[in-house]
Amino acid sequence: MKPAPFTYHRAETLTQAADMAASLENARLLSGGQSLMPMMNLRYVAVDHLIDLNPVAELAGVSVDGPRITIGGMTRQRAVLEHDGLAERCPIIQEALSFVGHVQTRNRGTVGGSLAHLDPAAELPGMAALLDAEITITSKDGTRTVAMADYPLGYMTPDINEGEILSAVAFDPWPQGHGWDFREFAQRHGDFAMAGVGSLILLNGAGKIARAAVVLIGVDDGPVRLTEAEDMLCGETPSEDLFRAAGALAAGRPMASDALVTEAYRQHLAGVLVRRSLANAYSRAAKEMSHA
Amino acid sequence: MPDGLSKRTVSVTVNGQDMTAEVEDRYSLADFLRHALGLTGTHLGCEHGVCGACTVLVDGEAVRGCLMLAVQAEGCAVTTIEGLANGDGSLSPLQQAFMDNHGLQCGFCTPGILTTLTAYLRDHPNADEPALREALSGNICRCTGYDTIVRAALAAAETLREGAKA
Repeated sequence: MKPAPFTYHRAETLTQAADMAASLENARLLSGGQSLMPMMNLRYVAVDHLIDLNPVAELAGVSVDGPRITIGGMTRQRAVLEHDGLAERCPIIQEALSFVGHVQTRNRGTVGGSLAHLDPAAELPGMAALLDAEITITSKDGTRTVAMADYPLGYMTPDINEGEILSAVAFDPWPQGHGWDFREFAQRHGDFAMAGVGSLILLNGAGKIARAAVVLIGVDDGPVRLTEAEDMLCGETPSEDLFRAAGALAAGRPMASDALVTEAYRQHLAGVLVRRSLANAYSRAAKEMSHA
Repeated sequence: MPDGLSKRTVSVTVNGQDMTAEVEDRYSLADFLRHALGLTGTHLGCEHGVCGACTVLVDGEAVRGCLMLAVQAEGCAVTTIEGLANGDGSLSPLQQAFMDNHGLQCGFCTPGILTTLTAYLRDHPNADEPALREALSGNICRCTGYDTIVRAALAAAETLREGAKA
């Protein structure tokens, strides 16, 4: 089993990659290759030119020094998972990354590759949606940014045009002391999730919810922010009933159905996962508060 | 469609030996090892990154040999199942543990499991059973001998720890 024939191009710099992307016909960018290569091996995708971004050192790296966190597009998933500074400021990313594929695929797979592939069940686009991230896209004509909320245009269709390269993702981490939780349900650890949820909770001095964010993955074309549930949670005193109500809101929305999972089962999973996730995010926030 | 098949010369250090061969651009690293270099110990199961049989070490890290192109391994150090035994040809502690604990039945998945564990136990010498099960979640065994595989991995970890102390 081999991909259809193509010509391989090695890009050394972002400028060089952008020039190649602008000039080569029927070309695709190769990042970690953990999704594109299977699609090429199975011949779902056939290209004439493959532009390898792996040698482009300037696209890899995590910056946590300023108020905003920036992750380069070619940063390996493993490097993100093992980044202590990132784990300290935004622990949910580490928790979510442990569900991304397996140790072998995380060694090659990249943050930008996952965001550009935009699989509905992928954890990294879910994290970007949860954290209101901004995607930076570079081409021969310059750089533009797009909010994660506007970035998915449809099923596995990101707002990236031909000749453009996803160069970075950036977001403001939540304040110190927030609670977090990521969990998902899959048949095997590392498989595509039937449903997954990430949640963040910030408590105020009175122990009420000052800010909440909840995202579902694996249930629709792209990540789904549960804004209605978030609005309901804000200002409230955390309780099991409150989280149950948020779970019910999640379970009430329309969801995808496929050969393995019916819509009703996904809705059930989403409801349970949201309830449990919020409860754990709250208990972590409460624990952080008691330490403060 | 490009005219003819695009080819190039790839030089890789495999199990400590410098190897050079001409391959098509579209060749995977696993195909390169098997067909261009004749190292057929690396097995190809699914060829789309799910089964883990083709796992090899590239610069010491476990990767899917079917999802990396041979041309991308230019200049890299690759370790395959053929390179795991001790210098004198005797079985490495990890290999010995798999033999002693019946960690293989048909053996098809074994090269990928051993390469994966070589890197994992190096980085996590104190790995416990749940951690090892997660580390092995990317390797499918269709004989479903997971219990003996995990037992072998735990035994190997212990032997390696004792070896490090000695």
